[in-house]
Amino acid sequence: MTTETQKSGGMKKDLVVYLCLLALAAIQFVIAYQSIDASQMLVRMLIVAIVEAALALLFFMHLAENRGLLWFVVVFTVSVLLTMQYGWTDAFRLSAGAPWAK
Amino acid sequence: MSQAGMTAGGHAGLMERPMFSVPAKKMAMWLFIIADTMTFAACLVAYGFIRNANPNWPRPFHSITNLALMTFILLTSSLTMLMGVRAAKAGDKSGALRWTLATAALGIMFALLHLREWMTLIHEGMRLFKNPWGTGQFGAAFYSITGLHLTHVTGGVIALVAVGLRYKAGRYNADDLEILGLYWHFVDLVWMFVVPLVYLLNLAH
Repeated sequence: MTTETQKSGGMKKDLVVYLCLLALAAIQFVIAYQSIDASQMLVRMLIVAIVEAALALLFFMHLAENRGLLWFVVVFTVSVLLTMQYGWTDAFRLSAGAPWAK
Repeated sequence: MSQAGMTAGGHAGLMERPMFSVPAKKMAMWLFIIADTMTFAACLVAYGFIRNANPNWPRPFHSITNLALMTFILLTSSLTMLMGVRAAKAGDKSGALRWTLATAALGIMFALLHLREWMTLIHEGMRLFKNPWGTGQFGAAFYSITGLHLTHVTGGVIALVAVGLRYKAGRYNADDLEILGLYWHFVDLVWMFVVPLVYLLNLAH
């Protein structure tokens, strides 16, 4: 494969990912006007946002090309976010007075 | 073995292989991005807790036109950034600078639209700790999160212009532009979570 062909193929892939991201962003806006309760809306929007983020990470930030770095970023980020659950749970206790106030 | 060969062999033995075959500068950017993810995650989750704890949470956004335009501009700026990096990798210096400056211009447009939105909200009476619609904490939460993102965009625009010009002058290379591209895509990625949580869940129906 020539460099020119690789370049045009890469640009085509970028364009497809960009169009997918636009479509997903549009889906988030459509969800915002659905007649569903806030928690359902939040879940649906977050699922779409996670898919958008995954596309951006894999293709725009080229993590798909480096499996080792991909696992490092995902495992490290998720581990720290889970560790932060301690702080978040405590924040919820402070704001809602639960479970100790009951 | 010659002296030169021994020296080269000795140095090769001392050289450490880069982590995940990623150059140190790029790895540093990834570590920064991971750390910044924690900052935004903490802000957004704290926002979620405050919103959940206040039943009288305001829903001040009547139109999504400005928000949709801002989202479109930021996503498009990620595409122009990719074009710039591709041009740089191909050795097209003028093309790389053109696309990088186009990305910076889109970043400026995004920032101006954001400021216009802020001015509208300020004009409607929304301050850090009071607003006419509901709980006063909304202003502090909204301005903190969107302000933090706007700061990232502003910093990114400055970096895009600086790195783009220095790349054209031959002081930086295509890898430097690619590393800056990672930061710019990250700013775009954060916006994908800010939009639903801070804006779309607070639309006035």
